[in-house]
Amino acid sequence: MSAYTPRPEDFAPLGAQDAAPVLVRPSLSYWADARARLLRNPRAVGSLALLALLGLFTTVGPLFWTVDPSTQNLDRISEPPNLSAEALLIDRGQRWPGVEAEGWPSAPDPAWLASPTRTALDAPEGLSVVGTPHTWSVRLRWSPVENAAGYQIYRNRYRPTALNELGLPLGDRWSGAEVSYEDALALEPGVYWYSVTATDGLRESPHFQTLRVEVERALPLNAARKAGLLAPGDGEPGQRLSLPAHPLGTDYLGRDMLSRLMHGARTSLFIGLLAPLLYVLFGTAYGAAAGFFGGRADAVLMRLADFVVALPFLLFMILFRVASGVEAGESGITAILVAMVLLLWPATARLVRGQILQIREEGYVQAARLLGAPQRYLIFRHMIPNTLGVILVTLTFAIPTAIFTEAFLSFIGMGVAPPTPSWGSMCFEGLKSMLNSPHELFFPALMISLTVLAFNLLGDGLRDALDARMRARE
Amino acid sequence: MGRYAIKRIIQGLITIWFIATATFAAMHAVPGDPLSNEKATTEAIRKNLEARYGLDRPVFPDQYFIFLGNMAKGDFGLSFTQQNRRVNDIILDAFPVSAQLGVLAIAFAAIGGVLLGAFTALKRNRWPDVTVMLAVILGISVPSFVFAALGQLALVNANDALGFTLLPVAGWGELSHMIMPAVVLGLSTLAFLTRLMRSSMLEVLTADYIRTARAKGVSEGGIFWRHALRNASLPVITVLGPAIAAITTGGFVVELVFAIPGLGRAFVEAVQQLDYTLIMGTTVFYGSFLVFMVIVVDLIYGLIDPRVRLA
Repeated sequence: MSAYTPRPEDFAPLGAQDAAPVLVRPSLSYWADARARLLRNPRAVGSLALLALLGLFTTVGPLFWTVDPSTQNLDRISEPPNLSAEALLIDRGQRWPGVEAEGWPSAPDPAWLASPTRTALDAPEGLSVVGTPHTWSVRLRWSPVENAAGYQIYRNRYRPTALNELGLPLGDRWSGAEVSYEDALALEPGVYWYSVTATDGLRESPHFQTLRVEVERALPLNAARKAGLLAPGDGEPGQRLSLPAHPLGTDYLGRDMLSRLMHGARTSLFIGLLAPLLYVLFGTAYGAAAGFFGGRADAVLMRLADFVVALPFLLFMILFRVASGVEAGESGITAILVAMVLLLWPATARLVRGQILQIREEGYVQAARLLGAPQRYLIFRHMIPNTLGVILVTLTFAIPTAIFTEAFLSFIGMGVAPPTPSWGSMCFEGLKSMLNSPHELFFPALMISLTVLAFNLLGDGLRDALDARMRARE
Repeated sequence: MGRYAIKRIIQGLITIWFIATATFAAMHAVPGDPLSNEKATTEAIRKNLEARYGLDRPVFPDQYFIFLGNMAKGDFGLSFTQQNRRVNDIILDAFPVSAQLGVLAIAFAAIGGVLLGAFTALKRNRWPDVTVMLAVILGISVPSFVFAALGQLALVNANDALGFTLLPVAGWGELSHMIMPAVVLGLSTLAFLTRLMRSSMLEVLTADYIRTARAKGVSEGGIFWRHALRNASLPVITVLGPAIAAITTGGFVVELVFAIPGLGRAFVEAVQQLDYTLIMGTTVFYGSFLVFMVIVVDLIYGLIDPRVRLA
C-alpha cells in the first residue's frame, strides 16, 4: 500500500463530461406501482393463487370430474372419502341352510336344569365366519355348548368388553344344536363385532365369545347388470367389480361430494361475485351523483341511504326471500341477488360520496376547473380514477359478506332451493349428520372458509397496495 | 347533549317507521293471502272472515294504518302457527333468552377484543402478534355455523373423554348452557374488534401524549392502562352498535344449532313455517331494538368524546 500523494491535477475543476450520471428510475404510474406492491406481499400473492385454484376447481373441475352431482345412490349414503371402491359380485339365488351339530341334544338334560348347583354355561367356542362376509349376508358358526338350549347373537360396531355393552340381541337360536346364524340386516361395509352367548333356556350365560368381522361391499349380479355396471351375461359370483370412487365421500342421499362441491361453487361464487359487483356499481353511481351534485340533491339522496342502512340486513334479506316466493323448478338465486343489491348499496354510496367530496376540493381538480375543463373531463379524468382504488377494496371485502349471506340463508333453509347445490345448503345438510359423518359438513365449510379467507387477504393486500400514503412512504 | 339526544331519538323513530313500512310492503308482496291456505270455505264465509279482519278493505291506506296503529300500541297480533299465542307473548318469552346470550357474547367479544388487540399492538410483528393476527383472520373467514358445529363437536368429544358433562351440548336454563353458545357467537366479533383495536392502539402508541407521559416518568403499566388503552378503545365503542346488530343476527344460527329457545330461533322457525304475523312482529321488534341500541351507543360515545356532540 503506497501512501497517497496529492497532485495538482486532483484539484483541477471537473469538466462537463465528468458530471455524475443522473439516476432516473422510470416513473411508475399509480396502478403499476400498486400492482408491484401487491405482488411483493406474499399473503396477497398466496390469496391470488388460492383464488385461481378455486376458479379452476369450478370451471375446469367438472370437465375432469364428470360425475353428475344430482345422482342419488341409496346404497352408498354418507360414505367417507375413498379413492377406490370395490364390490363383491354375488348371486342371491341360494339360501343358506345353516349348520346343525349332528347328534347334539337340542335342549339341556332336565335333571341338570333342575339341580340347584348348576353353573353358568360356557361361552361358545370356535366362533367363525362361513364364506366371505359381505353386505348382503354374514354367515356365522360356532361349536355347540354343553347343556345349551339356545344361543343369542349380538352385533356391535365396537369391541364389546362386558355383557352390558352387547345391547339387544340381533337374533337367537332356540336349539342347542343350531349353531349358525345368517345376518342380513342392513349391513354396511366396515368392521362389525359379533358376539354369541349360550342360554340354558332359563338363564343366559354371562360368558360370550366375540369375533371381529370385516364386511365387504357386495352387489348382486342382477342389480349390477340393471345399473349398467356389467354387460348382460358378464361377470360371475366371487368376482370383484370396481365401483365409482368418491374422493370426498358421499352425502346423505349418496350423491358425490366432490361433484356437488364443484357445482355448488358455481352457485356460491355466482352470488358471491355478482351481487357485490352489482351493488358496488349501483352504490358508486349513487354516491358519485350525490357527491358531485352536492347541495339539496345530496341531502335527499343521502337521507334515503341512511334509512336503508338502518334496516336490519339479515332480517330483511329473509323477509325479501319469503316475499318473493320460489316457484317449483326455480333456484331462487335471482331473488337473493335482488335483495342483496337493494339492501347493501348504501355503504358503498356513502364511501364514494365522501371520496368525491374530498377530491372535488383537491387542488388539481380546482386547477382543472380553472383551466376550463368540462364536467365530463373532471369526472372521468380525476374523480373516477381516484376513487377506483377505494371501490376496488370495497368490492373485495364485499365478496366475503355476500358469500356468508348466501351460506347463512341456505343454512336456515331460506337460500337456494334444494336440487341446486350450494356450499351453504351443503353445510345445512351436513350439520344433521355431523357426528356420524363429519366430512359432509367439513368439506363445504372448508370451501367457504378458504374462499372468504382468500378474498379477505386479497382485500388487505389491495388496501395496502392502493394506499397513497404508503406509496409516499417508500 | 339534550338537543343531540332528541335529534337522534327523532331520527330513530323515523327509521322505525321506515322499517315497519318496509316490512308491511314486503309481507304484502307475498303471493296469496292469509286465508287462502285454510280449508275450503264458501264465498260467504270467506267474505265474513275478510270483513272481520279488515282484509276486504284496501291495502293502502286502511290496512296500512291499522297495522301502524297496532304497532304503535305495541300489539303484534296473533301467531299463525302457534295456537292461542299472541306474538307479543312469544317475543316476551324468547327475547330475554336472546338478550342474555347476546350480553354474554358482547362482553366476551368486547373485553377479549380490546385486550387482545392492545396486546398484539404492544408485541407488534413479534410472534404473539403474528399468531393472534393469523387466528383473527381465520376467525373472520369461518362462518358462524361452522364454529357452532365445531363447538358442539368439541363438547361432545370432551364430555365423552372426561366421562362427565363438563358443559352441556345443547339446551338452555343454566349458566353452563350459555358459555359455549356465547363464545361461538362472540368469536367473529372478537376477531373484528381485535383487528380494530390493534390498529387503533398502534396509532395511539405513537401519539404525543404517550411520549409526554413517558417523559414525565409514568411507568409502562401506567401508560398502557391509563393513557393508551383508554384512548385506543374509543373506536371500539363506535362499532359496538353494529356489533350488537351482528351478534343479534348471528344469534339465529347459534340458537338454531344449540337448541336455544331465543328470538332468533323463533324468527327462523316463523320464516320456515310462514307465520306471517310472527315474522312481521319479530322484524319490527328486532329492527326497533337495533335502532335503539345504535342510538344508545351513539349517546354513550357522545358522553365519552365531547367532539361528537359538537359536530
